[in-house]
Amino acid sequence: MITLYDYELSGNCYKLRLLMSFLGVDHTVVPVDFYPGREHKADWFLKLNPLGQLPVLQDDDLLLRDAQAILVYLAAKYDTSDCWYPRDNPALLGEINQWLAFADGITGTASAARLHDALFYDFDIEAARAGAHRLFRILDEHLWFGEQEGRDWICSAAHPTVADIACFPYVMLSEEGGISRQDYPAIRRWCDRVKRIKGFIVMSGVFPAGPAKAA
Amino acid sequence: MSAPSCNDRALLNDWHVVADCLALTLDVPFTTRLMGVDLIVTRSVLDTRIVRADTGHRVCSEGRYGFVWACLGKPERDPFYVRESDEIDRHLLSGGSIAVNVSGLRLVENFLDMGHFPFVHTGWLGEEPHTEVLPYNVTVTEEDEILATECKFYQPIASPTAQQGMLVDYTYKVIRPYTVALYKSNPVHPTRMDVIVLFVQPVDEDNCVAHSYLCYLKDGMEAAAVRSFMQLIFAQDKPILENQVPKRLPLDPRAETPIRADIVSIKYRRWLGERAITYGAIPLHVASSAGVNGRMEG
Ligand SMILES: N[C@@H](CCC(=O)N[C@@H](CS)C(=O)NCC(=O)O)C(=O)O
Ligand SMILES: [Fe+2]
Repeated sequence: MITLYDYELSGNCYKLRLLMSFLGVDHTVVPVDFYPGREHKADWFLKLNPLGQLPVLQDDDLLLRDAQAILVYLAAKYDTSDCWYPRDNPALLGEINQWLAFADGITGTASAARLHDALFYDFDIEAARAGAHRLFRILDEHLWFGEQEGRDWICSAAHPTVADIACFPYVMLSEEGGISRQDYPAIRRWCDRVKRIKGFIVMSGVFPAGPAKAA
Repeated sequence: MSAPSCNDRALLNDWHVVADCLALTLDVPFTTRLMGVDLIVTRSVLDTRIVRADTGHRVCSEGRYGFVWACLGKPERDPFYVRESDEIDRHLLSGGSIAVNVSGLRLVENFLDMGHFPFVHTGWLGEEPHTEVLPYNVTVTEEDEILATECKFYQPIASPTAQQGMLVDYTYKVIRPYTVALYKSNPVHPTRMDVIVLFVQPVDEDNCVAHSYLCYLKDGMEAAAVRSFMQLIFAQDKPILENQVPKRLPLDPRAETPIRADIVSIKYRRWLGERAITYGAIPLHVASSAGVNGRMEG
């Protein structure tokens, strides 16, 4: 029995809702009043995650924090296709984990900018935006070269992996932190491909793909 | 950064929400901006004081409905009285203050617009093919509020407790230029209404903070669910609002396509123009307006 401690506006929580939707995994949700209630800093929540951060996932006796760690766990356990986190492909696993760490960097920059702009968090907004642009530039270039080689996804596989899920939400929500994606065409095309994966769901602030473009 | 300040007397002499009390830490100054003026809000055990960052002068402040209010000029009337806040069988809570990079007048107009439900709140407040906005009534009340009644819309998930799609009855009320309320039939008690009041803080002409005040019947409803539903819906509007061009609300009814300008928004734009509200707006040509210093009865 899976329980997700969730906040609708959190891109990190959305990563897990998204993977569970792709995998068709049932779960219950415990809504946490992140804003303005700051329930993630309440005693009961700190017992689940002493870092005071969402998301947290409980599966029977297993309690996990960190969106990327949870993606790995869920895919390794429940993905019968073994595509999202291919357990027997060491090179690919290395690559995936490289981009999972990168995704946490996107949280630290693009998500921070969004929290600053929309919810009054006291962050250095210029540093957050500059940091996000630096990461987006790297991702855009990586995706652009991938497209030249016929690769649609972040990692070297013919299908998306948890790395795509981990990078997607805060890229998609970046404009709410004043970070335009105008200069990242390969990122924009990749976002559109993610939205067309079967089982894709939205969160508030993310809209479904438009009608398919004629090739 | 300096922003042009406001010349609209009606706005300067009115109350505006500038903070959610929950967001203030005791004795820790909170900075915000109201109509281009930087303010420092400090809550202490005894009182809440608000001073202008530029002059250090104190401005009028009030506490009501769990929010801190400020008036930059001389208050001519009290903050809007929310009658439902006296009813003890209601949750009375803030939906969380959220900053939006658009004129607050745009936010009010969007709040009044049912036409966007199926496209922006798909699966919640609307869904295709139920896209048509049926005719409704719009009047201006004796208190000089815009009242839209007999609004009906089919909604798949109209509230945190909705079990199935239903045709929902709405009443809208524009109370002040930057204050709007929505009354919506409660799924459990169809004769009573849940109320959402949106107090919009004009930060500057292109930026605002939405402070929502939720008065929902408690029966069958958790406070946390009410708040999370509000945020879910509001966060769907946010990117749409922030992409509106121009950021200010044009008061000329011909300035934009008639899709958005349905009858209540036409009325709202005209009502703003007649009251000489220019802050956050693109006013009508000077010839046809009352002039920026037009007076308004308090
Ligand atoms: N590395 C963590 C970061 C999680 C994170 O930043 N969570 C946010 C919400 S989306 C949070 O709870 N922030 C509160 C805090 O950091 O104090 C993850 O990927 O799960
Ligand atoms: Fe909306």
